[in-house]
Amino acid sequence: MEHTIFILALPLLSFLILALAGMKLPHKVAGTIGTLSLATVTVLAYVTAAQYFGAGRGADGLFPTLVPYNFTWLPLTESLQIEMGIMLDPISVMMLMVISTVSLMVHIYSFGYMKGEKGFQRYYAFLSLFTFSMLGLVVATNIFQMYIFWELVGVSSYLLIGFYYTKKAAIAASKKAFIVTRFADLFFLVGILFYGYYAGTFSFEPDVRLLFSAGIVIPVALGLMFIGGAGKSAMFPLHIWLPDAMEGPTPVSALIHAATMVVAGVYLVARMFPIFIEFAPQVLHIIAYVGAFTALYAAVVACAQTDIKRVLAFSTISQIAFMMVALGVCTSDDPHAGGLGYMASMFHLFTHAMFKGLLFLGAGAIIHAVHSNERDCMGGLRKYMPVTHITFLIACLAIAGIFPFSGFFSKDEILTACYSYAPMMEVFMSGVAGLTAFYMFRLYFLIFWGKSYYESQLALFEKGRIEKKPHTPHEAPAAMLIPMVILAAISCLAGFIPFGEFITANGEAYEIHLNTGVAISSTLLAIIGIATATIMYMKGQNKVTLTMKVRSKKFIQAAYHRFYMDELWLFVTKKVIFRGISRPIAWFDKHAIDAFMDLLGSATQTFARQIRTFQSGNIQSYCIWFLHGVMILALILIFLV
Amino acid sequence: MIPAEYYLVLAALLFFIGVFGFFTRRNLLGVLISTELVLNAVDINFAVFNAYYFPEHLEGFFFTMFAIGIAASETAVAIAIILNVYRNMRTIRLKELKKLKF
Repeated sequence: MEHTIFILALPLLSFLILALAGMKLPHKVAGTIGTLSLATVTVLAYVTAAQYFGAGRGADGLFPTLVPYNFTWLPLTESLQIEMGIMLDPISVMMLMVISTVSLMVHIYSFGYMKGEKGFQRYYAFLSLFTFSMLGLVVATNIFQMYIFWELVGVSSYLLIGFYYTKKAAIAASKKAFIVTRFADLFFLVGILFYGYYAGTFSFEPDVRLLFSAGIVIPVALGLMFIGGAGKSAMFPLHIWLPDAMEGPTPVSALIHAATMVVAGVYLVARMFPIFIEFAPQVLHIIAYVGAFTALYAAVVACAQTDIKRVLAFSTISQIAFMMVALGVCTSDDPHAGGLGYMASMFHLFTHAMFKGLLFLGAGAIIHAVHSNERDCMGGLRKYMPVTHITFLIACLAIAGIFPFSGFFSKDEILTACYSYAPMMEVFMSGVAGLTAFYMFRLYFLIFWGKSYYESQLALFEKGRIEKKPHTPHEAPAAMLIPMVILAAISCLAGFIPFGEFITANGEAYEIHLNTGVAISSTLLAIIGIATATIMYMKGQNKVTLTMKVRSKKFIQAAYHRFYMDELWLFVTKKVIFRGISRPIAWFDKHAIDAFMDLLGSATQTFARQIRTFQSGNIQSYCIWFLHGVMILALILIFLV
Repeated sequence: MIPAEYYLVLAALLFFIGVFGFFTRRNLLGVLISTELVLNAVDINFAVFNAYYFPEHLEGFFFTMFAIGIAASETAVAIAIILNVYRNMRTIRLKELKKLKF
């Protein structure tokens, strides 16, 4: 497993090359460097996975945890030290595959999407940096290494959201994303320090006796860590940065804000799962409720958005919340008795990365074709973009949970896990899943069906109503279509992977079997959702839609404004924190602390002004002082020594 | 024979007259002359201590000789400086030579 070091080294190397020499390279060369290194990494990741899972289970019936590299970086005390290394276990190997696959697809896709864009080389440099950080995060051997890479992905996300740095909205969005996640990471850090202090180690396998004696501190520490994870994974109420992050280039949204970085929070909880389940099951259940609420909230908001990327962003929030719920409803680590959620969560993470990445790439192709994010500029695109249409439809079916697409299997496992925790939870989450199907198909019909915006514009042009001939929507270039087709193929087939064989909470094999009741009810709800969307949106705005719109105008308005969560945050920060807390502190700083320092300075100055008259320039007075000094010294020498 | 204390009192008087002149003269040349008085007082001390307390040695006299030589050369240097000061400032009155100050 020694080759795993290259999985980290190659993206870092290509980042350094592109960042230092990128501006001197032509676009194609820079892109090829990034893509080739990523392709190598992908191959290595798959080789690693094949070797790891191919080697089979150990004598204890579990997949072994391998640590090919580990060195001490900062020895703090005898026992507490910060290490850097690579750890391979089932979930990190799975994440390696997911990240490298999606990242490679995005690298290839960007050739088409970012073609001719200013800063093309910088874009690829940042992509490499992100991939490096994300891979480092998942293979971390200890929580502190994870935290370091966690911040690195935050930085690369900031850089990529603000890629169009001449656009005001992009700058604001990147700042918002950075500040919100950083705020959450503060709690994460405090949690890590608590954990490190009481467990005496940063590793994921602490001494259980120490944890027992720590008492209530460990659940608190784990709760704080979850707040960090909630920030990265956009859980309510820290979700506000993710929809704005869509200001970045669309492939970036696909990679960072759909498939990989935003699931870091889920990965964190999964990584700490053995400790959660042992010492803080109540915290896990809080996570489940937070997740369930977020799932519903984001799904409702997604129904009312008009920007197609925003719809996808809220759908991402909702789907990540599904994963959180799945982890939260676990009551033990045995997949046969209450521990199914862990496997379901990881399974959904895997399938979601593929189909949500695909959805974003498809959205990118559509935006590329019509040069707008707004659904009003779309409609009827299926004739113009057949391949995008088919792949988008596959992704929509997958996310809606229709057999045999991948989302069906993972969502079914999540719902089964919810059912074993509490039937109400299952009913609730099934409802959200139905809503998911509704808003995804609403999006699908608005984009590909209904009245074509292009054709209506063309008609207006022919009548002479508008000056400019509208731009004909065109199918995306091959560089963009190939990744989409590959991801679509994975989305179709990934459901049949026997995921339980590889990843379960306690490591023992689990054979996935469909729970017929759950499967039927969730499929029914999904079909109802799709059918409603079909009636309402397939032929454009019809009577049903319009009456709905008028009847619940206020609600739709509120949902469009995301239930005023951003405004609430602004109120809390600007009015309460800035005005109520920061201003008095600033006043104290200015009038107490600064004033004291100023006093020191002015006192010194006044004193100096007084004594500088000694330097009169009169040599004889200098001499008199000198004589006095000599006489005093003489007296001291004579009488005291 | 004149007691040694008489010489020492004379030397002390000379020394303090020199110091007093050094501090009070308004003229650079006066200051220079005062320093000569200080040096001469020291010379007398050397000679007296040598003659009265260590008659078999000669170090005191030699020091006196050296001090006289040094005084001569020092005077030459000081007068050169004073001349230059006068050329630049058109004065050698100490009250007016106050350029080196804060």
